Amino acid sequence: MSRKVLLIEDEPNIAEAIRFLLTREGWQVQTHGEGADALQVIQGASPDLVILDVMLPGKSGMEILRDLRELEDLQGLPVLMLTARGQSRDREMAENAGVSRFMTKPFSNTEMLTAVRDLHAQATQS
Amino acid sequence: MATLNVLILVCLAYVVLLFGVAFAADRMAAAGRGAWLRSPLIYTLSLSIYCTAWTFYGAVGNAARSGLEFVTIYLGPTLVMVSWWWGLRKLVRVGRSQRVTSIADLISSRYGKSNTLAICVTILAVLGGTPYIALQLQSITLSFSIFAEADPSGLYREGSSVFWVAAGLAVFAILFGTRNLDANERHHGVVTAIALESVVKLFALLAVGAFVVWGVAGGVGPMMDRIDASEIGQWHVDAGRWTTFIFLSAAAFICLPRMFQVMVVENADEGHLRTAAWAFPLYLLLMSLFVVPIAVVGLDLMPEGSNPDLFVLTVPLSQGNDWLAMLSFIGGFSSATSMVIVTAMALSTMVSNHLVMPIWLSTQEGSGSVSGDVRNVVLMARRVSIAVIMALGFFYYRLSGGGAALASIGLVAFAGISQILPALVGGLFWRGATRTGALVGLTVGFLLWIYTLLLPGMGGTLISDSVLQNGPFAWGWLRPQALFGIEGMDPMVHTVMWSLSLNTVAFCVASLLSFPSPLERLQGAQFVNVFDHSVAPRGWTGSVAQSEDLMIMTQRILGAGPAQDFFQAEVEQQGGRSNLPEPTPAFLERLERELSGSVGAATAHAMIGQIVGGSSVSVEDLLAVADESAQMLEYSSQLEVKSAELSRTARQLREANTKLTQISEQKDSFLSQVSHELRTPMTSIRAFSEIMRDTDGLSAEEQTRYAAIIHDEALRLTRLLDDLLDLSVLESGQVSLNVGGDTLRSVLDRAVSSALAGTGQTLTVRRSKASERIPLQTDLDRLGQVFINLISNAQKYCDAEEPELTISAHDVGGQVVIDFADNGSGIPPEARSMVFEKFARVGVDKAGGAGLGLAICREIMQRLGGEITYLPGQGGAAFRVRLPLAYRQAAQ
Amino acid sequence: MSTGEDRPPSGVRPSLFLERQSYRRRRLSDAARLLPFFGAALLAIPLLWPDASGAQEGVPLSSAIFYIFACWAGLILASLVFGFAARRMAKHDDSEPETDRWPR
Repeated sequence: MSRKVLLIEDEPNIAEAIRFLLTREGWQVQTHGEGADALQVIQGASPDLVILDVMLPGKSGMEILRDLRELEDLQGLPVLMLTARGQSRDREMAENAGVSRFMTKPFSNTEMLTAVRDLHAQATQS
Repeated sequence: MATLNVLILVCLAYVVLLFGVAFAADRMAAAGRGAWLRSPLIYTLSLSIYCTAWTFYGAVGNAARSGLEFVTIYLGPTLVMVSWWWGLRKLVRVGRSQRVTSIADLISSRYGKSNTLAICVTILAVLGGTPYIALQLQSITLSFSIFAEADPSGLYREGSSVFWVAAGLAVFAILFGTRNLDANERHHGVVTAIALESVVKLFALLAVGAFVVWGVAGGVGPMMDRIDASEIGQWHVDAGRWTTFIFLSAAAFICLPRMFQVMVVENADEGHLRTAAWAFPLYLLLMSLFVVPIAVVGLDLMPEGSNPDLFVLTVPLSQGNDWLAMLSFIGGFSSATSMVIVTAMALSTMVSNHLVMPIWLSTQEGSGSVSGDVRNVVLMARRVSIAVIMALGFFYYRLSGGGAALASIGLVAFAGISQILPALVGGLFWRGATRTGALVGLTVGFLLWIYTLLLPGMGGTLISDSVLQNGPFAWGWLRPQALFGIEGMDPMVHTVMWSLSLNTVAFCVASLLSFPSPLERLQGAQFVNVFDHSVAPRGWTGSVAQSEDLMIMTQRILGAGPAQDFFQAEVEQQGGRSNLPEPTPAFLERLERELSGSVGAATAHAMIGQIVGGSSVSVEDLLAVADESAQMLEYSSQLEVKSAELSRTARQLREANTKLTQISEQKDSFLSQVSHELRTPMTSIRAFSEIMRDTDGLSAEEQTRYAAIIHDEALRLTRLLDDLLDLSVLESGQVSLNVGGDTLRSVLDRAVSSALAGTGQTLTVRRSKASERIPLQTDLDRLGQVFINLISNAQKYCDAEEPELTISAHDVGGQVVIDFADNGSGIPPEARSMVFEKFARVGVDKAGGAGLGLAICREIMQRLGGEITYLPGQGGAAFRVRLPLAYRQAAQ
Repeated sequence: MSTGEDRPPSGVRPSLFLERQSYRRRRLSDAARLLPFFGAALLAIPLLWPDASGAQEGVPLSSAIFYIFACWAGLILASLVFGFAARRMAKHDDSEPETDRWPR
């Protein structure tokens, strides 16, 4: 079966890089660059994995994650969060909000792929 | 032999001389000249009214009868003067600081301004003073009669001469003793005349003494032998009388109304006491130096039974030395007149102030307020009082018949007036002394004096012999001259001992048992502690002095500036004739209101009342209170200032803290934004460079595309770093401007071509180049940077189908205004306030900007002395740039 | 007996140690204060003399006069000396004790 990842990232170049990496891994990659309607897009796409940027126009990634964890059917959805701000406070906030994995930009491609693989493995095991 | 006519002529001439001296002294004092009138010498000489005719003539008589006993009358005052440092000095200070007018006023003032006490003292003083005046009249008539006996014409009639003497003295006292009202305005004329009389009587007595010693006896040695050989040639003095009389004369010296008048009321300078302390005892010593020789020679020369009281006159006469006798007569005349004049003045002040004025004021009460000239009423009361007192003395003399009973009157009067002593000394040194105590003590002493001395002394007329012998109702222990069964004492010693001791005991006990009123306690403290807060006050001159004191007090309360302004305003309101306002009721009311703002209504009322009205509390004390109030006000205002300072500091600290927090937050947020802006391009660069490194079989297009992304993001990083550095330099103010001159048009030309270079030229720029011919003097590169930023923003963000940018320029009064307006949808109103902030980006478009462009533009425009604002209402996004035509340093 | 001159002007604390000058002045005023008592004692001495009324011879009046007037003159002289000394010291020192300054 095809694995589906939803990438919510407003920087087109970063989105293109991640899409390139994950497509080659066999993921079906859907991208979205807006924060305000991100939750609806997630619900509509029902992905196996969500990669979420923190700094998004309209609505921050933290809020999206919090709202997402409020929803019953999405509580187990693995979420990989990316931030460019790189402050430890952000990591805390994200963990409190129910993040599955937190990564600071810039990241190495291997790092990204490993994280995605691990998250998917955990999700399918449980 | 001098005829009576010559005597009268000399007498009149002497009186005219006195009038002249008094008049001249008054004139000189009024003209402000004659500082010598207030010299210690005049003061000392004026004190010598203590030596009356009774002492002038009577001392010799006394010596002829009882040897050296007469000297006690001089030793008492000597001891008082020697102890001036802690005695008289305090009395004088209190009298002057409280503006005391008489001994009665002093006692009343000390005990809470009690008029009852004042009346008691006044009655006591009049009762003691009237016989004393009679004694002086008697001595004058006696001396007249000595000359009259020898006068063949026999025109002399005793009665009429006494009358004329009394009338003349009354006129003199009225003329020079009641010229002015204010107690502290001294009677220079009278005092100077008295000083002259003192010199005359001393000179006369010394002359007679010298004549007796060297003219009659033949020198000091023979004189001493003659004294020892005489009937009084051995020391024989009753111990009781010796000590009693020293004490009594000391007490009387302080308490006698006339002594109080010259010593305290007429005192011009407290320092005079220092001179008088030795000079007056010296005067007394000289006065008594020849008394014993004259007495001894008189006893030798004069026939048996002649009056020793007149030896001073009769001895020179008997030796045929008429002119010396005449001089001696003038000396005695001087002694009598000076005493009578001052006594009449002192007593009249007391009578008018404490008897007449209270009655007059109570009759005026019906009319609501005191109308008319109170001053005239007071002066008239004093004049009438003088006349009445002289009349009393005259009638007393006539009624008593001028007999020998008068001889002892001097000491009787001393004993009477000394009853004031306990209340006086207690009032000066003991704060616990009360009005009740003073009243009880005075009454007890006064009644005992009358009962044991005055009535028995008058013989059987007022008190029956049976009472004298057996006591009233046959109670032996109440016999007037042997109280409590103690017999055999000298009547004088008996009276003084009992009356003064019981007076003192009653005074102390009643003081301890009673409770003083607040005013009494205040006055008590001021009297006892007079040296703590007083200076010798200046003289008071009428109402202007009041204004001056009001001014001083007001300055102490309000501060110098406001007080002077207030008074100046009042002067102008009143017509501005002088530099101080008249103390009119309206002015006082306003002043009171003004002061009550500072010290409270009650205090202000009391203070003004005290200065303008009565003087139960002295001005000096009020000033002291005012000082304290001012200190407290100052202190509390200092506290207010301090607390205001504290709260200001606290507010500043809070503000600084808030600012620091804000700055810290701004720094955090700035750092986090910078971090974000740096990491974002680096993420793309790293990701694609790893892809290109690690991925085999990338197509050529892919390789080109990814390399282009890496290149773009690298450029973006560079731009970001450039902008950050630029902003940092601009914000820190360390930017150095490169000012040059060019027209606006060429600056815009360069900016437009630079901004649109390498792009698709999609943006149409509309300009009216004619209006752009404005010469500019500024940093052209920086201005161009602003323009480029604005044009490329329009290029990036204008969302119109055919994007257009209209640039229009105007010259507005030394400033050039350039508007940049595009035809896009513009910036939403809620974002407009944000566009100039750092990292502010509107919309989702990621056109490669870091969001620092407009922030940099704003900083640049501030440096150039202009501004950049968002211009609403232009359809699309519009910015207005405004800057001075010529850059000025001051514009920074 | 309250003696104001020992009290410092209000608002000024009394200093424990006086300068030699003011110490001298205080002792001088002490002496001036004692003078009347001394004088009174001197003038009481004649009361101890033998009385002429008794059997024995009394003191001659001339001697009595001499004694009394000598005492008297002595008192005057002492008072004069104290007066001048007080004035000289007052001039020497600003804080003249007998003209108490205005409070503060």
